[in-house]
Amino acid sequence: MTRTLETAGAWLLAVLWILPLAYALWAAFHPAEFSARFVLTAPLTFANFETAWNAAPFARYFLNTIMLVTLILAAQLVLCTLAAYAFARYEFPGRDIAFALVLVQLMVMPDVLIVENYRTMSQLGILDSTLAIGLPYMASAFGVFLLRQTFKSVPKELDDAARVEGAGPLQVLWKVYVPLAKPVYIAYALVSVSYHWNNFLWPIIVTNTVNSRPLTVGLQVFASTDQGIDWSIICAATLMTSAPLLVAFLLFQRQFVQSFMRAGIR
Amino acid sequence: MLKRLALAMLAAGSLFAVQAGAQTEISFYYPVAVGGPITKIIDGYAAAFEKENPGVKVKPIYSGTYQESIVKALTANKAGDPPVLSVLLSTDMYSLIDEDAIVAWDELLKTDSDKAWHKSFFPGFMENSQTGGKTWGIPFQRSTIVAYWNKEAFKEAGLDPNKAPASWNEMVEFGKKLTKKDASGNVAQWGVQVPSSGFPYWLFQAFTTQNNVVLMNKDGTQTYYDNPAVIEALQYWVDLSKKHNIMKPGIIEWGTTPKDFFERKVAIMWTTTGNLTNVRSNAKFDFGVAMLPSGKRPGTPTGGGNFYLFKKSTPQQREAAMRFAKWMTSPERAAQWGIDTGYVAARADAWDTPEMKKYVQGFPQAAVARDQLQYAVAELSTHDNQRVTKALNDGLQAALTGSKTPEAAMKDAQREAERILKPYRK
Amino acid sequence: MNRTAAQVHGWLLLLPTAVLLAAFTHYPAGATLWHSFFSTPKPNRPAVFSGLDNYRAMAEDPVFWQSLANNLWFALGTIPVSIALALLMAIWINGRLRGRAFLRLAFFTPTVLPMIAVANIWLFFYTPQYGLLEQLTGLFGLPNHNWLGSNETALGCLIVVTVWKEAGFFMIFYLAALQAVSPNLYEAARIEGAGPWTIFRRITFPLLMPTTLFVLVNAVINSFRLVDHIVVMTRGGPDNATSLLLYYIYDVGFKFWDSAYAAALTMVLLVILGATAVLQFGFLEKRIHYR
Repeated sequence: MTRTLETAGAWLLAVLWILPLAYALWAAFHPAEFSARFVLTAPLTFANFETAWNAAPFARYFLNTIMLVTLILAAQLVLCTLAAYAFARYEFPGRDIAFALVLVQLMVMPDVLIVENYRTMSQLGILDSTLAIGLPYMASAFGVFLLRQTFKSVPKELDDAARVEGAGPLQVLWKVYVPLAKPVYIAYALVSVSYHWNNFLWPIIVTNTVNSRPLTVGLQVFASTDQGIDWSIICAATLMTSAPLLVAFLLFQRQFVQSFMRAGIR
Repeated sequence: MLKRLALAMLAAGSLFAVQAGAQTEISFYYPVAVGGPITKIIDGYAAAFEKENPGVKVKPIYSGTYQESIVKALTANKAGDPPVLSVLLSTDMYSLIDEDAIVAWDELLKTDSDKAWHKSFFPGFMENSQTGGKTWGIPFQRSTIVAYWNKEAFKEAGLDPNKAPASWNEMVEFGKKLTKKDASGNVAQWGVQVPSSGFPYWLFQAFTTQNNVVLMNKDGTQTYYDNPAVIEALQYWVDLSKKHNIMKPGIIEWGTTPKDFFERKVAIMWTTTGNLTNVRSNAKFDFGVAMLPSGKRPGTPTGGGNFYLFKKSTPQQREAAMRFAKWMTSPERAAQWGIDTGYVAARADAWDTPEMKKYVQGFPQAAVARDQLQYAVAELSTHDNQRVTKALNDGLQAALTGSKTPEAAMKDAQREAERILKPYRK
Repeated sequence: MNRTAAQVHGWLLLLPTAVLLAAFTHYPAGATLWHSFFSTPKPNRPAVFSGLDNYRAMAEDPVFWQSLANNLWFALGTIPVSIALALLMAIWINGRLRGRAFLRLAFFTPTVLPMIAVANIWLFFYTPQYGLLEQLTGLFGLPNHNWLGSNETALGCLIVVTVWKEAGFFMIFYLAALQAVSPNLYEAARIEGAGPWTIFRRITFPLLMPTTLFVLVNAVINSFRLVDHIVVMTRGGPDNATSLLLYYIYDVGFKFWDSAYAAALTMVLLVILGATAVLQFGFLEKRIHYR
């Protein structure tokens, strides 16, 4: 009985939650006149996608975005793992202050620091590059914080056991901590990739050419203000740009479940 | 000292020009504010210009919406790395001058043809491009407000489908006939819609102009928000929903207004001429485009973007930028740009080109904006522009949502504007 | 391993992160805050030290006070609901309900979709007369309402969008944490005859405390940081009814170009967030038992 009720509740919430995506699918595949009218007999069309695809060099933007999120994620995973390990398992002078200073990044909105950071990139001579978009995000307080919580939950005995067997600090990290934190890494990766896939203001300011600009720059073309909103095109563009993420998530779901299985066996 | 610096810069500039085989590169920021493959059109223009002008390389850079463009341009300027040329809102003029970011075009106008070019634009558009006796902006993608009406809805209401309301009284009268309720008492179709989200000051300026009153002085140092005629204009706007019940109450979203019109939820809408192409392709009924109704006089503000020339540029770049701006605003290009986007071609002779004549013949509504230009006034723009404008926007929204009376709202707005503008009066 | 070596190792591990943070967060943040004690520099008027002038101006700025008040309501509306929903979603997905794959996808979509686009979709939901919400309420014969265009409902509408965007995001972390809980614990509890509510209260919730702290800190920070949808949906209107602190900072910094005043406003934001962070760590971290 409770089971049925629970299932019903979960499904109701899920339907509410997926409504915007469902609407995007509806609007993208129908002519503009049906974007506010839900008639089952409405004709299907790909014209919205065609218009959207032709409005910007999306193929190149896809490549740029993939390079960007890969670069950022790789740097974040390495840097955050090292720093979180230090905070979770090392005693050193100034640790608590250093941790507080790291957390500052959670609170300072990168959007507020645009002017200063632009100047820095300009002095480094790397304006208009993937590196310039990524640099301010490579050290991630969010990641450090998350992994520190996870590493702290790892039983100290496992650590000690590995050290008794003669493993160095980095080996312990790699052999003991990283495998145990796998679900957390996947969660973090999903979040990081989605965030940077969709980040907009900083990339458009720090880049100028098609060689480095990400997808969102192409998406923004349709958020034009003078003319009012054409939901059909915006939805088509949104689906087009988000499709790789949605597909990746569907694939990663398996990984998720598998890492769960392994955690259970352990 | 300054002179020597200028000389050195000149020398360096010419040296550079010689070494690079007289190749001058000009970077050019532009926003996109209407639908269509705008970035491709601009890239095409740049390539065509380069072909005709060897030695000049144009680097067009799409910079987002207008707001993102000004952020990008001023951020780059503060870091010492601005574009040479940029299209930004005409109302950004004072901000750009206050930041010492731009130079006036006047010094570059040397030949007679240059001077003729500069005189060729509609005076209504130049009002927002000049201050202190200098020209800071060259009109490029400019617009005004017009009224779009649904001819079928007019017919159903027993009105002449070919006659839009010509006066304030007529608008109320027509509006009452056009407002329809369904069985449950909900309004199925409103008579009129004047959007009020985001930048209500722009639409309000139409009412004030029609009530024969201006909102600011020519130097951008004084506003007249609490002038009785301004309050009267606001009262009329508020009454459209409060007293006459012909407009949706509350704040009306700008972005959804065209869709409201397409969905037949409103019979008359006020919006930019930049929507012309959009309405033409999406309205599934016969529609008309009209000048806004007259109060004491007809009137509308202008809007849209100008070319600005940034200060941190070499003489060669400035010269090349001028050539490019001149090329982009030539009659043929201005006509083509207007046809492609729905913006008002900014000079009279553009309307005499064969393409434009053909376009207007097939689509006479396109000429309404041009004919209305003789009544157009400069868009609200002062020093510390966005702050002074926000004071008015807040007051307007307070009056439209009913949290303040029009009089109290405008008095508060004026007090705030006074406080901000005081330091700019010498 | 001796103590000095451990200390050196600790710092070495931290070094790359520290360098990047210093260059791209602490230095620019410090520079920004330093400017809050000066007037905004203009080409013809260089910055002069003005002490607390910017802060005094802030005390007299009604828009600042309204944005602050709005932001507190916004925080109160978004934080508890989005955390509770996130936990509920994670438990549902972790349980053996039908169609878990669909549920997981549904709850996670808000994280994947870009806010600028999604805000436009929500704009359609809230549109008067023919928007989705109106079409639904119309079925029940309810009167039309201008959801985003009236003072009373605009902020509430934005809170709903934020909860929608955040709950699925937080769910991911709860889910990751739940998957690390050993099933044996549940087995043991069930053998002892504990009901689902007791299991949740005695086992699941305490074990999730580190995650709850993490999520809570992020929820608080996000409630002061998410403004993308405001830019698209209301631009702070009607009459500042939906202006949040960061949105106002953005207005002051990038529309008014008053960098000094924006810096002073940022300072207030940092103090609020810093204080809540200290409170949260002070109280919660002591109560959390890491395994």
